[in-house]
Amino acid sequence: MTAILRPEDITANKLISSAAEWTLQYVLKPIGQILLFVFIAGGSISLLALVVGFVLQTDWHGIDILRVPARINLFEQVLRQLPNMLLDGITIGFVYAVIALGYTMVYGVLKFINFAHSEIFMLGAVVGYEVMMRLNEAELLSSLPPLLVVVLMIVMAMVVCGGTAVIVERVAYKPLRGAPRLVPLISAIGVSFFLTDFVRAFQALNRNVFNMPYLTDRVPFFNERIVFAQGVSTTYTTVIIIVSAIIMLVGLNYFVNATKIGKGIRAVSQDQATASLMGINVNQMITITFLVGGALGGAAGVLFGLKTTNITPYVGFIPGLKAFTAAVLGGIGNITGAMLGGLLLGMLEAFFSALLPYFPALGLGYSDIFAFAVLILVLLFRPTGLLGKKVDEKV
Amino acid sequence: MKTLKLFAILAIVALIAQVFAAAPISAQERVIKIASQSPLSGGQSTLGTAIRNGTELAIIQLGKQVEELGFKLEYVPFDDQATPDVGVSNAQNIVNDAAILAVIGHLNSGVALPSSEIYNRENLVMISPANTNVNITDRGYPTVNRVCGRDDAQGAAGAKFAVEELKIKTAYVLHDKTAYGEGVANFFAQALEQAGVEVLGFEGTEEKANFDAVITPILAQEPDLVYFGGIYNQAAVFFRQAREKGLKSQFMGPDGMDSSDLVKIGGEAVVDMIYTTTAGPAALYPAAAQFIEDYKKQFNDDPEPYAAEAYAATQIVINALVKAIKENNGQMPTRAQVAKAVRETQDFETIIGKISFDANGDPKFATYYILRVASADPEKWGQNPLIASIEAPSPLTAKEQAGK
Repeated sequence: MTAILRPEDITANKLISSAAEWTLQYVLKPIGQILLFVFIAGGSISLLALVVGFVLQTDWHGIDILRVPARINLFEQVLRQLPNMLLDGITIGFVYAVIALGYTMVYGVLKFINFAHSEIFMLGAVVGYEVMMRLNEAELLSSLPPLLVVVLMIVMAMVVCGGTAVIVERVAYKPLRGAPRLVPLISAIGVSFFLTDFVRAFQALNRNVFNMPYLTDRVPFFNERIVFAQGVSTTYTTVIIIVSAIIMLVGLNYFVNATKIGKGIRAVSQDQATASLMGINVNQMITITFLVGGALGGAAGVLFGLKTTNITPYVGFIPGLKAFTAAVLGGIGNITGAMLGGLLLGMLEAFFSALLPYFPALGLGYSDIFAFAVLILVLLFRPTGLLGKKVDEKV
Repeated sequence: MKTLKLFAILAIVALIAQVFAAAPISAQERVIKIASQSPLSGGQSTLGTAIRNGTELAIIQLGKQVEELGFKLEYVPFDDQATPDVGVSNAQNIVNDAAILAVIGHLNSGVALPSSEIYNRENLVMISPANTNVNITDRGYPTVNRVCGRDDAQGAAGAKFAVEELKIKTAYVLHDKTAYGEGVANFFAQALEQAGVEVLGFEGTEEKANFDAVITPILAQEPDLVYFGGIYNQAAVFFRQAREKGLKSQFMGPDGMDSSDLVKIGGEAVVDMIYTTTAGPAALYPAAAQFIEDYKKQFNDDPEPYAAEAYAATQIVINALVKAIKENNGQMPTRAQVAKAVRETQDFETIIGKISFDANGDPKFATYYILRVASADPEKWGQNPLIASIEAPSPLTAKEQAGK
């Protein structure tokens, strides 16, 4: 609500116009922004893919070292793969974006990289698995509406992971607040090991399992295909992932930019001392930041589990690393940047892995190298990330 | 009276003397240990635990043979975590324990290769129940043996089946970048190409969670068959995601797929998958009926693949120990003597059939089985139907046969 409404001012007209304004400000604008990002990232990458495919399929390039098999018409292949490539890129990009928010929010407030966040994310995936198993054991999994199951999983994961993140902050970071920057970093790495092995031990005692396959194959809904066109189809799972990620991003945008607590968090991230002088409870803001970041991480864990179908206690490391990279790519500390970074990184990965298998001299294993080379290039020209602002650091 | 006293004193002296004489003997190392190395924790622990249980059961049941000769037989299981580093550091601990005279292991060829370098340096004999990589025995070490088949023959057997029975025209081959997975995938792809099948891609991936990158190009090329050279915990996730993305190709894999966890993770997606293995289901071996019963009683679980092979490997070790002790006049044999006795194993009756080692430590003849996953229920893994089995000689045996 941008303007405070006095009771005598309330007329139907004003109410509608203020509701419309609110919707525009906090729902349509962020969604528009997300769509714009998807469009920019997707458009530029598919253009790149088509150009590369076109250049390399013709005979005049003379690049024999790549040894593309003669039978393959690269341009045609790229064209056929493009829709799937974009879908994959967007899906995993949104997952990265939601994880990246956790890194970027904590960095914004504490100027510290919370390496335990990848394990919070893993914990979320495990909580989702547990919820699914419990529902299955209570024979509710197939009778409850699938969307409700997903909501239950996400909510439980958010509660558990938000709580865990707050406890971790309390136990492992808060006592080190005044210490040199490297100290909480080491502490974060320690927490990350602890969480991994805690979950491993817990699930070994609880169910004697290491691999935790999601039971999505028991519910037909998750595997039903939505066919867009010949050869272009996807599952409801993908739609669920994208929609819930967008809801979370929009919700966070509202929380940070429109609520009093959000304002407090922003103030703390700009200047802790001054914020505290203005009557903001800095410790409380930091706790809330961890709560929100952890909850988002947990939700992302469930989405990742739905997507990959099998999780283990070690599943957090790689997506965590990629999401951290996405946060840096977009400009760490910047929430919109984390979103853009996640989407871009997801697209880049999808792009390279869709092309590289056609070059037997290179192969799939190189896709991360290329994706990260792009990251280095971006950082060379924009050291603060794509949307990061240049600020003088007080080192 | 006097004589009685004298007799009593004499008896006491004799008793004390005997105690003193006996003490150094029992204090001497009259303990023989057998170690095992396999992943007991992590994603492949189902198979690793089967190896441990098979070994343990054999030692419980057959340890008497060694104990009758005045030795105590002990069992020490190690967890190699399916990781080469851990396997090697365990191997260091194993060779430093002088009482350990034999090792049963490993599950993963990538772990067995570096670890066996250390065993071999100390003449410690290893019998593998599961390692199919060709380099395990092709190094010609006198200490390294296996009771299972080899990947060159396994890859070729799988390819022959794919060409002749499945009548595929195109295939896409993946592997997990380990010595085992890449090895068997290579042999499979080569055999396919020789048979005129077009191999659309040959890719390695260490990814365990998100297989988008791998699946997209496969989807675009629609191969008749997708082969994954690797272990079930990774492959099952891949197969499930590939089916979810609409890939309709036939799936196939090597003996790393042979675990009920494959269907636990993969669900319906892996039903009708074809896999080759060198370790047939325990129910297939006529001599293993008693073993299956005892195993269920001891561990309250059905024997997973490699449990019977580990049992058979331990049978060979115990047989060799008995022989080595006898040849050494009842004294503690050296490791080299045990290794020699193991290698000399000829026509020895084990629960998985008769085993004779050739000069490299391969079984002279190994059987390769081709099975189909019948059900998404993990309980029914042991009932997967056998489609075909091929007996093939080891390379040395084949050469011998050709020479004759």
